[in-house]
Amino acid sequence: MSQSEAGVVLAADRHHAHHFNTANEEFDACKQGMWIFLVTEVLFFSGLFVAYAVLRVFNPEMMHEAHHLLNWKMGALNTVILITSSLTMALAVSSTQRGNIDKAVKLLWVTLICAGGFLIVKYFEYAHKFHEGILPGAQWHYEELKIAKAPLFFSVYFVMTGIHGLHVIIGMAIIYWLIRRAKRGEFGPAYFTPVEITGLYWHFVDLVWIFLFPLLYLVS
Amino acid sequence: MSHAAAPAVQHGDNYINHTPGIKSWLGTLDHKRIGMMYLFTIMIFFLLGGIFALGIRLELFSPGLQYMTQDTYNRFFTYHGAIMVFMVIIPLIPAAIGNFVLPMMLGAKDVAFPRWNLFSYYIYICGALLASSTLFLKGVDTGWTFYTPYSIRSSSSATYVLLGAFIMGFSSILTGLNFIVTIHKLRAPGLHWDRLPLFVWALYATSVIQVLATPVLAITLLLLVLERTLGIGIFDPKLGGDPVLFQHFFWFYSHPAVYIMVLPGMGVISEIIPVFSRKPIFGYKAIAAATFGIALVSFIVWGHHLFVSGQSEFANMVFSLITMFVAIPTGVKVFGWVATMYKGSLRFNTPLLYVFGFLFVFTIGGLTGVFLATIAIDVHLTDTYFVIAHFHYVMVGGTIMAFLGGLHYWFPKFSGKMYHETPAKIGAFFVMVGFNVTFFPQFIVGVLGMPRRYADYLPQFTVYNRISTIGSWILAVGFIVTAWNLWRSLKNGEKAGDNPWGGLTLEWQTASPPPFENFLYDPVVTEGPYEYRGDKVYLGKNA
Ligand SMILES: [Cu+2]
Repeated sequence: MSQSEAGVVLAADRHHAHHFNTANEEFDACKQGMWIFLVTEVLFFSGLFVAYAVLRVFNPEMMHEAHHLLNWKMGALNTVILITSSLTMALAVSSTQRGNIDKAVKLLWVTLICAGGFLIVKYFEYAHKFHEGILPGAQWHYEELKIAKAPLFFSVYFVMTGIHGLHVIIGMAIIYWLIRRAKRGEFGPAYFTPVEITGLYWHFVDLVWIFLFPLLYLVS
Repeated sequence: MSHAAAPAVQHGDNYINHTPGIKSWLGTLDHKRIGMMYLFTIMIFFLLGGIFALGIRLELFSPGLQYMTQDTYNRFFTYHGAIMVFMVIIPLIPAAIGNFVLPMMLGAKDVAFPRWNLFSYYIYICGALLASSTLFLKGVDTGWTFYTPYSIRSSSSATYVLLGAFIMGFSSILTGLNFIVTIHKLRAPGLHWDRLPLFVWALYATSVIQVLATPVLAITLLLLVLERTLGIGIFDPKLGGDPVLFQHFFWFYSHPAVYIMVLPGMGVISEIIPVFSRKPIFGYKAIAAATFGIALVSFIVWGHHLFVSGQSEFANMVFSLITMFVAIPTGVKVFGWVATMYKGSLRFNTPLLYVFGFLFVFTIGGLTGVFLATIAIDVHLTDTYFVIAHFHYVMVGGTIMAFLGGLHYWFPKFSGKMYHETPAKIGAFFVMVGFNVTFFPQFIVGVLGMPRRYADYLPQFTVYNRISTIGSWILAVGFIVTAWNLWRSLKNGEKAGDNPWGGLTLEWQTASPPPFENFLYDPVVTEGPYEYRGDKVYLGKNA
């Protein structure tokens, strides 16, 4: 078997795990693995979206009333922040592929800072809700909204945004790990698998928010 | 790379003695060792789940309460169900046998992601230990289905069992993901899709279900944990939530999960039959397609568990009809298997005996399933022993019989030793008889109206319950004889040789037990896996 078949994107001498024939094969496998993982993520969130849909179909007025307690400006700000971070992540991937590691590291830092900014905004939103007593289900003690099942809207809100926030935190840890490895010179045109598949993950996290924002903040 | 690397001299010549010491096993990335670690661990939980089953049957030997309180009994059947489903039957064939055999069947050195493979083993252990630790706390009494709203209010340690099942779900997802990528990316040259062994097809379909259905279970269990800890109310009628939504979520996973349990078993059967009939499998493509047909249909029938939940009549009818469709691909498979054996030169070794056991038991389980899919009958039989008997015929008959067949079939490959044939046959006989004596009376007593989940019953059901309990002892004897025989064979079995059954799939074309990276050469495939015609060979060595 020759290793110089057409379509090889990775250098043939690149080190790879013993059970793959070529580095290219390893790259393909990792990428496919990440895609399948993202499918499982979609199904994981789909349970929440179904719960949301059931609530909304049977309680349209409640959803409308309850969503006014959310600050759509904060949500919109976070949407902009995450879209920016997705862009810088994509640029970091292409910089790595072109071998411009200094630039890639800078872009990864910007991505990381955006993610941190997202969490800070989220923190202020959560703190405000906690303070007012706008809490999920049985914890609810907000007096000013007297409409049945409003606490359930916030159950869905907190679970969805909470799990999404957890994904952001995990993403930040991975991006930081990428920065460390990039600085050690581990990535370049010959090997960029971790950067590329982290990019896929990060775009997914961004995409989930793009669905969450209108569904939660802009019920009409 | 047309020549194989010479095996490193300082290592042993097979995967068992490749590196010495328990530490080299616990940290191994070798799919074969991980498969064996799964096998031993799952067997321990099988023993535990079995002890609970024997306890249930013992209490039911006579009407009234003899050995336990109602509360203890609730805990017994919950642990029996939860352990057998989440810790035993779901990982049993894929994670134990599949881990070992799949990469070898593909001519690969390992699965695509060996580290994740080991990691999935350890998260399985963590989840299983967390769930079982509740035995020493307040136990769990919700039934393995955790139906709301009772599971929200139960004062037992249900939260930890839920978290344990949640964690084990990730193990299942990772195994499925790993297998899919392995099948796509690590096939030997010449191993085209239409030359894949049917066990590989079965594992592929199973993995797809694991990857698509398990995340839904994960979020469901997580929501239930949050329900118990924070009172989020989504499933809680007291807070305006919907308890039936939980049932939909739960069965959206748990019906396909039945096929996570059964499809790998069908794959094992598809391997054993051609080898022991010395004939090409009849309808290779039809069986492979039926595997995916079953997987697909499994996602749209969950509503048959909700016929009495207040679901609309129309939905009931649709779910009932689609459920019956499952019988078609299943029938295609059974037909293919029987046609393969027809006029074959059958060799009645233990694996083939388990195949017969499987076909007999699974057919009864399948037909009673079609029976139950009829709404009028289901409404009458819901929550009776008829349902218990039905799903034990499918899950124990379908999975445990196939597992034991596969275990004997691949035992020479796993260990390099041959098992002792006569005691193995005696074990198979006891398993077969014990199983039917245990569960057949439950069909009758179910039709007569005995409800499930009670520690006590009306005196007129006594005789059926006595027979069933005696059956459970016969079944236990069968398992003990089998386990003892295999253990003994490990020590003093004859040397098996590379290919004792004359199998044509790739795992038989290397040493038993296999060397560290499975093959000492790079296999190249030139034919389909069941071409038993004259002296044609499946495998060409790439010299
Ligand atoms: Cu079902």
